[in-house]
Amino acid sequence: MSVYHLKNSTLKIFKHTFLILVAALCLFPLLWLISSSLKSRTGVMTDLSLVPSEFHWENYIQAWNRGELGIYLFNSFFYTAIAVFGVLFIASLAAYGFARLQFPGKEIIYYTLLLSMFVPIPASFIPIFVLLMKMHLLNTRLGYLLPLINGGLPVAIFIFRGFFESIPTDLEDAARIDGSGKWGIYWRIVLPLSKPVIAAVAIFNCLGAWKEFLLALVVFSDKHLMPVQRGLVEFQGQYSITYNLMFAGIVITIVPVLLFYALMQKNIVKGLTEGAIKA
Amino acid sequence: MDFSWRRLYNYGSSLFYVMPAMALFILFSLYPFLKNIELTFFEWDGVSPHRYFVGLGNYVSVLFAKADFWRAARNVAFLTVVGLILQNGLSLVLAVLVDRKTRGASLYRVVYFIPPMLPAIVVAFIWRWILDADFGILNQTLKNIGFGKLAMPWLGSKSTALAAVSVVNVWSSFGYAFVLFLAGLQGIPKTLYEAAKIDGANEWQLFSQITIPLLIPVMTIVSILTILGAVQSFDMIYILTRGSPAGTTEVPALLIFLEAFEYHHFGLAATMAVILGIILFVLSLIQIKLSKRLSI
Repeated sequence: MSVYHLKNSTLKIFKHTFLILVAALCLFPLLWLISSSLKSRTGVMTDLSLVPSEFHWENYIQAWNRGELGIYLFNSFFYTAIAVFGVLFIASLAAYGFARLQFPGKEIIYYTLLLSMFVPIPASFIPIFVLLMKMHLLNTRLGYLLPLINGGLPVAIFIFRGFFESIPTDLEDAARIDGSGKWGIYWRIVLPLSKPVIAAVAIFNCLGAWKEFLLALVVFSDKHLMPVQRGLVEFQGQYSITYNLMFAGIVITIVPVLLFYALMQKNIVKGLTEGAIKA
Repeated sequence: MDFSWRRLYNYGSSLFYVMPAMALFILFSLYPFLKNIELTFFEWDGVSPHRYFVGLGNYVSVLFAKADFWRAARNVAFLTVVGLILQNGLSLVLAVLVDRKTRGASLYRVVYFIPPMLPAIVVAFIWRWILDADFGILNQTLKNIGFGKLAMPWLGSKSTALAAVSVVNVWSSFGYAFVLFLAGLQGIPKTLYEAAKIDGANEWQLFSQITIPLLIPVMTIVSILTILGAVQSFDMIYILTRGSPAGTTEVPALLIFLEAFEYHHFGLAATMAVILGIILFVLSLIQIKLSKRLSI
């Protein structure tokens, strides 16, 4: 396309210099983190080279052995998986009801559910804490997962409903004539046709659940239940003097994120872009 | 008779589909919402069985007697303004420069989107290290190249802390705005540019008369995301500064957290949460109004 062509080659050089500079600014902090994680205990404070003079790979083994990183990572995988499945299932079920089924008060219930989008965790964690305390769910996996799933529902229901309503009803009519009930239509027709939108909602919630911190801060005091973002705060508390180990630990925790990004880069960018424009 | 029974059964089984979502909503959105309002009328430490009714006392404290909520609101306003200018400005410029014919366009896209992928906690740890007063690479480099006088505790000094936090905030999210602008640019029909060129428009006119006006919907989305993000900010600041020094980087969500869990003023915290909720609600209403008007 190139709408604006810069005829002047000096301008072109300026343009690329600028773009590369910004790219370097994006990468440098990450590279500096990795570099710091490979230095010795004193080198991390004094050695200013980006490529360490000697590579202390053992930092990673020590960080892994001395912290609870494995537990935190396992917890994060567990919470993320359950939260994503929970949001996908509960939201698609509800969206199907709102898009295709009839029951009294449907629109009122729909808009009330959407209203909760306006009360995100930063504005509601105090009463959620009080509620979890009363239900004896503080410091439990369930007490973390339920509000986490609830937080993902409104946007997901909104996106699913919009998509379900755009599916032509012919297929469903045919299925109904063949004897399919509501559940059969939802499970065998609507869901299989919605794979792209399911993927987008899944990616969106996957990142959201993995990065979640505030709720975990409020809910958990037991280290063995903490997800990785919350765990990192504990971890750095233990290693505040040995920076190199702390950074090795941080690098370990972002490997899954970077792998996920490397594998799904196009889908992630597309999903987040469409998500923002639609919702 | 038979017909109405069937209809009732039909309604009931349809309602079943929205039940799980409704149950979670009632428990974790509606009840907390009402509970929060109730809490604002009491003085309570969060644990003891006794609490004291104080009427509107908490509202008076938050809105008039104490200055910290307003200070936190001002800090958020600063974060928002810096975010709005840089997200809309820098990201738009970058998106226009990285059009499809630019060599390495897809590589730039991949790299610029790395910071938004990183969890805020990790971003904060990295930048706290880079900006560290004594061992940070920034200050050590400044000293080594003879600008030692410029070295300072970026996150620890009252005059720079909020600005430093804003910069980190922009670093972590401009890539998202960039990608949104890129999508917006690709949605502009090429024929518009060709027609304008035939009419003799120059590059600047193409940009200011076609690109900018057609990107206004995306700019609105970017602005709303920036505002909502800043108003809800918590994670990054919790690690970077925890609101210090002297509250210069305090933000509402952090203030609510500290008020409740450090000082055990649940009533005050709940009151601040209600006010924050109202602000978010108003902002969201504006968002809906704007995006309805702008949808194409």
